Amino acid sequence: MVQNIIDVRNLSKSFDISSKEPDLKGTIKHFFRRKTKSLKVIKDISFKIKEGEIVGFLGANGAGKTTILKMLCGLIYPSEGSIIVSGHLPFRRKENFLKNITLIMGQKQQLIWDLPPIESFYLNASIYELDKFEAKRRIKKLSDMLEIDDELFIPVRKLSLGQRMKSELLAALIHEPNILFLDEPTLGLDINAQRNLRKFLKKYNKETNATICLTSHYMKDITSLCKRVICVQNGSISYDGKLDLLLKRLSPVKEILIVCHSEKDATKLESSGYSVKNKTKNEITIIIENHHFTSSLKTILNNFDIKDLYINEPPVDEIIGKILVKKDYDI
Amino acid sequence: MNLRKYLKVYKNFLHTSLAAELEYKTNILIDLITAILSLIGSIFLISIFFQNNATIGGWEFEEALIIQSIYTILNGITNTWFNPNLTEIVKHIREGTLDFVLLKPIDSQFFISLKKINPSGFLEIILGFCLLLFCMRINQINLNLSFLTLFLITIICSIFILYSLWFFICTTTIWFVKTWNAIEVLRSFLYIGRFPLNSFSFSLRIFFSVFIPIAFITTIPSEVFLGVSQLWKILLEVIVATVFLITSRKFWLFALKFYSSASS
Repeated sequence: MVQNIIDVRNLSKSFDISSKEPDLKGTIKHFFRRKTKSLKVIKDISFKIKEGEIVGFLGANGAGKTTILKMLCGLIYPSEGSIIVSGHLPFRRKENFLKNITLIMGQKQQLIWDLPPIESFYLNASIYELDKFEAKRRIKKLSDMLEIDDELFIPVRKLSLGQRMKSELLAALIHEPNILFLDEPTLGLDINAQRNLRKFLKKYNKETNATICLTSHYMKDITSLCKRVICVQNGSISYDGKLDLLLKRLSPVKEILIVCHSEKDATKLESSGYSVKNKTKNEITIIIENHHFTSSLKTILNNFDIKDLYINEPPVDEIIGKILVKKDYDI
Repeated sequence: MNLRKYLKVYKNFLHTSLAAELEYKTNILIDLITAILSLIGSIFLISIFFQNNATIGGWEFEEALIIQSIYTILNGITNTWFNPNLTEIVKHIREGTLDFVLLKPIDSQFFISLKKINPSGFLEIILGFCLLLFCMRINQINLNLSFLTLFLITIICSIFILYSLWFFICTTTIWFVKTWNAIEVLRSFLYIGRFPLNSFSFSLRIFFSVFIPIAFITTIPSEVFLGVSQLWKILLEVIVATVFLITSRKFWLFALKFYSSASS
């Protein structure tokens, strides 16, 4: 039986946040008497993650995804509740715990800017107490997986964003952690670089059985990597389960564009009881609910003379966007 | 603490930061020239003060040069280690990159205090020692083991006091986010360390000994160097350095509990 590697119970986090009125008057007031209020950014959340799972955290900007990740890796103290990660209380940041995890942030970098990435790798290797031989072996293995070679010897400042991100990944994985926390790792990367990164993460997860917790606004990251997603809305979990179930729930219908041989066939189809979105000459678009999609499609193919058909599924971005845009979207 | 691991990591810190600095040769050259000119300027300034006075606060020009040489050594240490590392703390906190430091299986204070090195500060340290050797000659000071030990102890204590003060201010960044001004004030106070403590009024002497023990850090090693220091002063410096170092360490660990990291 696969064990839970992350166990979060009734977790809450509050921050003291100051607000300022506009104009000079507001600035002066803010300088002398700062109004602060306690804001609960994470509200009583609970979830468990199994070893080897890849879980995507979804939510709008400011929903609390990054705060959750930072509490899981021990950077932020929780205000209430408990977190156990790999048998440790993360915020104690014990050496054995830190050797087991890594955090990769798409918008922040740890590589030494003026030096080639290889120098940062060896520095990290010494911090994780790897001897030179072992460090060399791991750098070789990871650079092969990431498909980087010459870039290792070029100063970081001269690398492209994609090459830099790959190098960041190598630096963050040199100690072969069991748990990866990835905060928007594909931010700013071009399509090919995004795809390569996803390919690498999939391979890494398959080869090492590492657990991956991921936040991303690129839905492709989520759909190609995560079977399970946790949706965060205003600091609470609104959905925790399989991604395909979520998509079905948020988009219960599919559209089919049917091209008939004649307009007569299209009219016949229109009058056969299906929900019609629109009809032009011999083309008709009908809407079918997901749960009897296959049977309906079979009936149409058997009973009508059809030239061609196209199944249109609403893009995942659009579906997930519903959760991100509308704050109280009922999932 | 695994000493071997820390030595190995420090070796890598030295290597990477030297390599990074050596990428910019002109910058190093400018820093070197600045260090030489700054020392010449300081000696010139002191000589102006002594033009009309044989002594200032009971110190003659040749003796005051000892304070200048110790100041130069300490300033060299500041520029070699404290300035490149401790000012970076503010950046780490503002930009949230302290996250990377805190998630490494290594002491965070060690990491942020020693990761970088500025090689041009070495020249200042060398210049300071050269001036000190010169002062030995003109003040006819003889070297012996107890003298060297005491001198070394007081210099180390001075370094610890300076480091703790600087580190303490940088730690407050966790709450206040920007503390550049406080660091600048500390650096300005450090300039005061070029003059003997006795040359200040009583109230200023108390201020610079008790509240911000800047004058302490140059005057006591200089008195030891001249063989005129009293034992209680040396002991006091050792106590102050220990208290400052422990307090700055505890304060850092306490402050980390309030670290909220920067938003993404």
